[in-house]
Amino acid sequence: MQNAKHKRQIFKYALYKRLSQASLVVSLLSLLALVIFIVIRGLPYVNFQLIFGDYGAEPTIKPALVGTLYLVLISVLISAPIGIGSAIFLTEYTNTKSKIIRWVRVATETLAGIPSIVYGIFGYLVFVVALGFKYSLLGGGITLAIMILPLIVRSTEENLLAVPKSFREGSFALGASKVRTIFTVVLPCAVSGIVTSLILAIGRVISESAVLILTIGMVVDKMPQGVSSPGTSLALDVYYFGSFGYPEQASATALVLLILVLAINIIATVIGKKLNKFSGGRL
Amino acid sequence: MNKKYDITVRNCNLFYKDFHALKNLNIDIAENEITAFIGPSGCGKSSFLKVFNRMNDLIEGCKITGEVIIGDMNIYDKDIDITMLRKEVGMVFQKPNPFPMSIYDNIAFAPRTFGVKKKSELDEIVEKSLRRASIWDEVKDRLKKDALGMSGGQQQRLCIARALAASPKILLMDEPTSALDPISTGKIEELVNELKENYTIVIVTHNMQQATRISDKTAFFLLGEIIEYDKTENIFSNPKDKRTENYISGRFG
Repeated sequence: MQNAKHKRQIFKYALYKRLSQASLVVSLLSLLALVIFIVIRGLPYVNFQLIFGDYGAEPTIKPALVGTLYLVLISVLISAPIGIGSAIFLTEYTNTKSKIIRWVRVATETLAGIPSIVYGIFGYLVFVVALGFKYSLLGGGITLAIMILPLIVRSTEENLLAVPKSFREGSFALGASKVRTIFTVVLPCAVSGIVTSLILAIGRVISESAVLILTIGMVVDKMPQGVSSPGTSLALDVYYFGSFGYPEQASATALVLLILVLAINIIATVIGKKLNKFSGGRL
Repeated sequence: MNKKYDITVRNCNLFYKDFHALKNLNIDIAENEITAFIGPSGCGKSSFLKVFNRMNDLIEGCKITGEVIIGDMNIYDKDIDITMLRKEVGMVFQKPNPFPMSIYDNIAFAPRTFGVKKKSELDEIVEKSLRRASIWDEVKDRLKKDALGMSGGQQQRLCIARALAASPKILLMDEPTSALDPISTGKIEELVNELKENYTIVIVTHNMQQATRISDKTAFFLLGEIIEYDKTENIFSNPKDKRTENYISGRFG
């Protein structure tokens, strides 16, 4: 009797292990299939002309590269200082356990979960229509900044909260003011995590398309003439080329996008580790 | 001018919200003496220690009444500069808490806070503080290395050096050896004895042998009150209060 029960247990444990193993294999395989598919379809068409050539009879992604760069700069320059500042206020200047702060936290989490097309329609109604920006990289960039703001606030907040209280106490006990404590002790401890989250936010900006369809005009064939000009982005080019008869270029652009996002994630990891040298991951 | 840095406390009460943690405490702590606070956990000795450099200000809902006079200033006066107070009254914590920076930057932290910028001046303060904390020989070749790479005992002596770099007059130590092994503990005790020459030291300890080894005077705390305060030898050889006797003989606590 005892023995049968024991065997059943062993079987159950083995079954759970196999099931979780199988899920991992399926998820890795589907990811791998996607990458292989994109590489096979796209790689033959990735060439110098596609990336750096002028848009003519053959479509190129030069305008999209420049547009994407604009969008990254605009959105990060706006959202990084505001997001980091908000997180500092939430963790260092308020009682993190108070009811209001918990509500603010729920609100930021909710904002981070809103579908991007909703941000897109907001950006369209506010910047394109109400403020009269028309289709512009600036309007799109600001909308993206609003979209990634909750992500930056949340992750910065988490990184700040992970800094041990004993560091703050030590600093205060040495006569340091709150501002000095934040800038010389707390932020340096959290900087690797904050930079990592900023880079991941850049990844979000680069991959975004729904917001941009509604705000920057998807002008794929002209170089943007500054922040107030309409433009396109890599993700939009994939959509445009795919929908309007350039399937090869769509795959090639998708591959470029994939590599870019991969590179950004690797950079985030490397920089995160580099900046962490003094704490050595002991935080 | 020789300013005096003794501590006088009159009718000090401390509340955490509704909890009356310290009840009407009075104590006189003399200059250049080591005073030990002993008592069971939760008796208020650490809270009382933090009264002297106003670390309790950081705790929400903490309220303190009464007079705490260090030298000639009532440190709970409205116009007291807390930064200057904490420069005069240094603190070493229970768990070593060096900042995740180089050894040098840890020591230079306080002088930089108080506006010392010149490299030569900082170098001098760093060396002097590390020497005072008897750790200079161990770290002089790796001042630019991460302070968190040191052993726990070294970290704690580094924290003492860091506190000394602010050139305080009073040093508060909150169970500074409770997280350390016996050898590191011995080194810290030796160090505390040397520091007595120049500093007034108040040390909270759970270790009664430690109190007898290093302190001149001992205060026994129980449930937020000072039961007995006297020369250490009197407390341990001839306690006047039955509760003190019970505690030091290990019958409770």
